[in-house]
Amino acid sequence: MNNTIVSYLLDFEIVRNMFDFVSTKFGLNASGILTFFIFFIAAFIVVNVMAVIGGLGTYAERKISADMQMRIGPNRVGPFGILQFLADGVKMIMKEDIVPAKADRALFFVAPTLCLMGVFASLAVIPFSKGLTLTHLNVGVVYLLGVSSLVGIGIFLGGYSSNSKWSMLGGMRGASQIISYEIPVTLSMLAVVVLAGGLSFDKLVDAQTGWPTGWFIFHNPFTFIGFFVFFVGVLAETNRAPFDLPEAESELVSGYHTEFTGMRFAFFALAEYVEVFVVCGAASALFLGGYKVPMDLGGESILGQILQMGSFLTKTFLLYYVVIWIRWTLPRLRVDQLMVVCWKYLTPIALFNLVGCALWVYFLNGKSFYELVMNMAVTSIHSGGGH
Amino acid sequence: MSSTGLNVYMPVVMLFAFGFIAVAGALLVGKLVRPHHPTKLKETAYECGEEPVGSAWSQFNIRFYVVGLIFIIFDVESALMFPVAAVFKQFNEIGMGSIALCSFLVFIGILVVGIVYCWKKGDLDWVKSYQHSAARRTIKE
Repeated sequence: MNNTIVSYLLDFEIVRNMFDFVSTKFGLNASGILTFFIFFIAAFIVVNVMAVIGGLGTYAERKISADMQMRIGPNRVGPFGILQFLADGVKMIMKEDIVPAKADRALFFVAPTLCLMGVFASLAVIPFSKGLTLTHLNVGVVYLLGVSSLVGIGIFLGGYSSNSKWSMLGGMRGASQIISYEIPVTLSMLAVVVLAGGLSFDKLVDAQTGWPTGWFIFHNPFTFIGFFVFFVGVLAETNRAPFDLPEAESELVSGYHTEFTGMRFAFFALAEYVEVFVVCGAASALFLGGYKVPMDLGGESILGQILQMGSFLTKTFLLYYVVIWIRWTLPRLRVDQLMVVCWKYLTPIALFNLVGCALWVYFLNGKSFYELVMNMAVTSIHSGGGH
Repeated sequence: MSSTGLNVYMPVVMLFAFGFIAVAGALLVGKLVRPHHPTKLKETAYECGEEPVGSAWSQFNIRFYVVGLIFIIFDVESALMFPVAAVFKQFNEIGMGSIALCSFLVFIGILVVGIVYCWKKGDLDWVKSYQHSAARRTIKE
């Protein structure tokens, strides 16, 4: 069945007592209401923490790019300028809200909303730890793909509703890029699903181990390539450089959010930075062992969950750093190169990986490369010992 | 039982609601503190200082439509592959792996045929029409 934060907390005596206490006190079955409250509080915490992480993402982006270009970067607001994102937020909310006269006013509001809703909804299945995840939906990765497509619609609507030529070009490019790169991403996800035999994130992560030898990226040669296909694909899906064509500031002014001012623009930026976290989290859960801790330290207790969360966040933030690093290292692609990379390279490679993984499961019973080598070593030692 | 089955989708609805409330709330609160002095120039679309000519909602390049069509075919195919992929390992464990593998390979075979066809037709080339007409011109000459 589905594991949620509620089903995890119900393993504790104190929470079950609370459920019983409330039920007897009010003389009715209060479990529905309490479930609602626990979910509400958990979702509220997750959304706020993620908003702060998105804000810190903009700070990290500026600080890391400053390091790479031998500048200092933001250093005025708070220690080392770490509160810069709050100052930016205050500035954004004080800015005049300009809606172009010819724009579609309704869609002008819907566009940033859809972006943010899609990103927030995808947080529901991000596996921070086995227990402390909002919900391990049994359709996990399909759900993630579905709701993260809302961001693509938001970006296209942002370009369309502005009724400005730059925005329209950016929105069109964004839509075509996001839907194109969805194919290699989906196919490399499928390869992992074949190996794990399930769609929910807890199943996918539990099929791996805490040590790198049991991660899916080192499971077989196909998944090793698959990880890089996946990572390139999600870079393009989140419009990060070298795939930031929808907002190419040197050609399209600012792309799909040219006409957006103040908070509307801020929500586009927030959605982008939180989505980078989401896709990095998905990459670490699918390929890098997710929340698994070596030797299952801590187990099911709260301490164990915090260790698992640390393991997950470490991998995710390392990937986040790599994303920023790539942005400040590589130049932008041209539109035709972008489509060639997706359809002529990544998609055939991803299809090849998928077939390879299916054959690997069929012929080798899904044993990882490491297990096969160890088995071979053990049998050779045994047969060698006889002589 | 049915209610517990749907309970797991509660956070999904909440997160959607939070996303909506965040944008709507921030715009409403911002109304109290931000200035509002619209002028005609401010409300025109930005085109690097030029007066905008015509609407942006005009005819657009057909390539984007072709990309959209190819995407739909591939996405529907991969959506249909998810159930097979999810049960593939279980089928393999009970000794029916060859059936699952065959159906899987048929699906992927259709996809491969599709991508080869698109490739041959030149639909995967972004600057296809330009190249083709240029090639035809050189042949005529």
